[in-house]
Amino acid sequence: MSEQDQITTDPTKPAQRMRAGSMTISATPWIIAAVLLIAMPYLFPSRSALTIMNQMSITIVFALAYNMLLGQGGMLSFGHAVYMGVGGFVAVHVMNLISDTGAPFPMPFLPIVGGLFGMGLAMIVGSFSTRSAGTVFAMISLGVGELIAACSVIIVVFFGGEEGVSGYRDEGLPFFGFDFAQQIEVYYLIAAWLMISALLMYLYSRTPIGRMANAVRDNPERAEFLGYSARWVRYYSFAASGFFAGIAGGLFAINYEILTEENLNTASSGVILLVTFLGGVGFFFGPIIGAIAFTLLQTVLSLHTELWAFYAGVLFVATVMFFPGGLAGLIMMHVPVFQIGKAKQLVLPYFKTLIPGAVAVLGVSALVEMTFHYRHAATGDNEMTVFWTTFDSHAILPWVIALVVTFGALYLTRLNAPSLREAWAEANTPDGGAA
Amino acid sequence: MDLILVNIIDGLVTGLLLFMLSAGLTLIFSMMGVLNFAHASFYMLGAYFAYQISLALGFWMGLLIAPLIVGVMGAGVERYGLRRVHQYGHVPELIFTFGLALLIEELVQFIWGKNQMPYQVPDVLNFTAFAIAGNSIPAYKIFMIFISVAIFIGLLYVLTRTRVGMIIQAALSYPRTVESLGHNVPLIFMGVFGVGTALAGVAGVIAGPVLGTFPGMAFVLGSIVFVTIVIGGLGSLWGALVASLLIGWVTTFAKSYNIAMSDILNGIGFSTPENLSDSLWRDLWTVTSPQIADILPYILMVLILIFRPYGLFGKRDA
Amino acid sequence: MRNPIKFGLVAALAASVSASAAMADTVKIAFIDPLSGPFAGTGTNGLHQYEFAADRLVNEAGGVLGGDMFEIVAFDNKISPKESLIQLQVAIDQGIRYIAQGNSSGVANALTEAIEKHNRRNPDDRVLFLNYSAVDPALTNDKCNFWHFRFDANADIKMDALTDVMAGDDSIKKVYIIGQDYSFGKAVAAAAVKNISEKRPDIEIVGNELHPIGKVKDFTPYARKIVSSGADAVITGNWGADMLGLGKSVLENGYTGPIFTYYAAADGITAAFGETGKGSLRLVAEGQINPPVSMRATEYYNAFKEKYPEGNISQARITNVIEMLAKAINEAGSATDVVAVANALEGMEHEGLWGGKMMMRPQDHQLIQDVHIHAHTDDGITFDYDNSGFGLVVENTVTMAAMDSPTTCEMKRP
Repeated sequence: MSEQDQITTDPTKPAQRMRAGSMTISATPWIIAAVLLIAMPYLFPSRSALTIMNQMSITIVFALAYNMLLGQGGMLSFGHAVYMGVGGFVAVHVMNLISDTGAPFPMPFLPIVGGLFGMGLAMIVGSFSTRSAGTVFAMISLGVGELIAACSVIIVVFFGGEEGVSGYRDEGLPFFGFDFAQQIEVYYLIAAWLMISALLMYLYSRTPIGRMANAVRDNPERAEFLGYSARWVRYYSFAASGFFAGIAGGLFAINYEILTEENLNTASSGVILLVTFLGGVGFFFGPIIGAIAFTLLQTVLSLHTELWAFYAGVLFVATVMFFPGGLAGLIMMHVPVFQIGKAKQLVLPYFKTLIPGAVAVLGVSALVEMTFHYRHAATGDNEMTVFWTTFDSHAILPWVIALVVTFGALYLTRLNAPSLREAWAEANTPDGGAA
Repeated sequence: MDLILVNIIDGLVTGLLLFMLSAGLTLIFSMMGVLNFAHASFYMLGAYFAYQISLALGFWMGLLIAPLIVGVMGAGVERYGLRRVHQYGHVPELIFTFGLALLIEELVQFIWGKNQMPYQVPDVLNFTAFAIAGNSIPAYKIFMIFISVAIFIGLLYVLTRTRVGMIIQAALSYPRTVESLGHNVPLIFMGVFGVGTALAGVAGVIAGPVLGTFPGMAFVLGSIVFVTIVIGGLGSLWGALVASLLIGWVTTFAKSYNIAMSDILNGIGFSTPENLSDSLWRDLWTVTSPQIADILPYILMVLILIFRPYGLFGKRDA
Repeated sequence: MRNPIKFGLVAALAASVSASAAMADTVKIAFIDPLSGPFAGTGTNGLHQYEFAADRLVNEAGGVLGGDMFEIVAFDNKISPKESLIQLQVAIDQGIRYIAQGNSSGVANALTEAIEKHNRRNPDDRVLFLNYSAVDPALTNDKCNFWHFRFDANADIKMDALTDVMAGDDSIKKVYIIGQDYSFGKAVAAAAVKNISEKRPDIEIVGNELHPIGKVKDFTPYARKIVSSGADAVITGNWGADMLGLGKSVLENGYTGPIFTYYAAADGITAAFGETGKGSLRLVAEGQINPPVSMRATEYYNAFKEKYPEGNISQARITNVIEMLAKAINEAGSATDVVAVANALEGMEHEGLWGGKMMMRPQDHQLIQDVHIHAHTDDGITFDYDNSGFGLVVENTVTMAAMDSPTTCEMKRP
């Protein structure tokens, strides 16, 4: 029970009583992930897809590192971007040193440098911030984050002001003939580091110290009575999290070849909190899903609508309110259903509720887009395109259609929701078991 | 010497403005144990609503109506949002308010656009009250001081002298007991949340014309409000007042006097390096106090949390 | 469990990225600037000006190369260097060869380096960087490269023009310099000190300081210092909320002299200053809006206002970007051979829509043009900003400002 999800402790939901990592004990998921990572560039060979996937991988490493604190250690940090940022800045400086001196240093080892410096900073800050968890820890992290972010424009020697520090990734010692000038080479470098760090972080959560972090999160007094210093346990988690955040920073340095003030500021720290929570803090793979979903939202959705941040905000608030376990929690809810073998019973109710539900959501977003266009578009520019349909946003007909579709779908969703709830309860009840 | 007096007045205005925000926040915290990240967003809403109302009905109606709307919205957020999230624990509550802050900012941009709003000081107050050695003190600042002091006194009176205040204070410490005495504690929570956000709304209404009404105004003020109540001690009204004034004066004086780091370093015995522009420490040597004035509160907060985690006036561990 | 999810999302990713494949007969220009977040107002307004200029100046005149149309493709960079680099890759993959960006020198710096690296590593799909607003002098000095063209006058040139005008005003004896604590603020301060000490050594600089960018809530203490220093003129490079906060605070606390600045107009700022700023605010910028220089300019502005009643032509240089690019493409005879287009742009002379001659200096790719000192007022305004009745009127003009100014650029040509 020590891994019981701290956020949702509703005992009627069996998924949350499962041990957090039990899905990933076997090697299978890791092998599948590795194969997938290797195959991705063949499916999406364009450079922009590679860039987006690189961004995803970096965010995944960072989010996993962040979840070592939030999910596994119960520590809420509002300034975690600085550990990634400082690691990244050091990595760029090392990169420049390599360019200047021609030192024989292959690029693939650069993230280790970033990781060590991220850990170093975390060890310094952690020495006073990890004395207690809760609000004090959160506030110190906010204060330190703000301080270092503010330093980034003042201490130009190291942080390069608001223009940042940039370097060349292709001037290191070639690594088996690769100089990492091309995106595809960088992709495989980052993918390799993603696998290594995810595996290491997973193994860390299985070590006694990783287990103790869970115990300290749930009940520090009891952990103390068992003879563990809650403070030191937090300190180790914090340092380890700083290390992997620094690795993410090093990967960032290699991918973008530039680090700027934005790598340190509170907005970046806030984003990683959103990413992790969206994915689900209760499960090891939660942040991975969160990172993928958020990167798509930020990079791809923003190509299509100016209002992407609005949708992200809505999604986020809705997640906190209705699915505090995050996307991962939502997925894991279904594990018992599969175990009982009643998953088939859910297919039809899901179909009947979620299809109208999805239509309703799309309908609402279409209405939002139309309102936005109506208010903010240029005069005479009445044409707008929503969901591959072009129409006149000032005419009455599209509004009627959108409203009818939205409310019709909402009505259907509400109509079918009770039957889904029943089906859900039924699917979660083992045959012959006590209800 | 004259400038000192002027700076004291300016610092007082800044501090009292901060107090109006932190008072509501600290009340909410002591009641529900939740740090409301969206507090500054309600401040922003106050300014925008007041601007919109002032277009139709003038500034004074804005001052009256906008905080009411904000308060009702705040109560709604508590009733339909926070109360739901409350069952999951404190971290999700915090994250909920964090998400709400983002959402409100996006909403404001959606409705009012992204530009500055021309929200102006009312003509009645748009004159110079008095001048000290060429530095004019606008009448509007005096007005701001009066409003905030009046609110502080009113708040203190309600909390310590009225029946409602007694119940609130009791509910702070022993919510279950108060509930079993037949009081509706969830209603009290909702009321406190509403009043707290309405206070933030008032601050927004009166700060909007001088500090600017734009979508980033919540973000600029957001974290400093936390810093204030953490320094003052979570849950302490007096602490919030002292910390607000402290921050107001510290930042004002740091901006007004160019205290250079090189002077301090020289003063404690370091000599300025020969070729400063080549030195690795050149940025440290050229730092001046106006450059770092706005990050001083963060330094203060970190130091206080390290040495006195209760804050200046706090009674319990945060 | 996660694999189907991953596949689904990735499919969505692929669909989105490849949604708009390049068409053969359009010349696409990627507009990479903030369209969401705190600077979205400026970004959106810039996008409208680009779209309008492309339609009216190029497409309605029959396009380039005998019928190819200009198309502006908007990318939201959220004013983040990281996002800009991602969007740059997406733009390049869509076959776009021209990148326009302007807001934030930090982003411009990241983009110019990334483009230089990209062009070196991928000679098959090189791109050009049309910088229309980022004025950090370094971009056409130490950090210059062949692919970067700047259409705005840089901070040094503007300061040169500004101090030319100040030097002629004998009533100015004391000057206070204040700015945001970052590269542009520092560049403005350094240029101001240098120019004033050369042109008017008798002017005393009574204050020279920096404040944190975007973090100051209340500018009153700074205003107090300025007032009590007895300055007759204030120079600042502030923009956005920092400009408005500083300007209003200084004026409300008893200062009556001129405030010389770069960015204190449009995007709500003109309206927010209103009567307060009249008689004090002086802006240095290219592009004369009031009084209108020609019938053509008047018609252009009227047409723009008709389409965007809420909008302003706040960045007049955008028309120069479009016209000069069209000219260069026609001259090069190809829209895809960016080296030829760049060579055509180098040294190009042009008569701008807003009056005055201009020339793209080949040594550093800095456009040399007339720089005006504008006054914020409501007198003699033909085209106001923010529909506030207030706008900018040209008071002084420096023709071909800083034509012979030195540059440290060592251009490497392919």
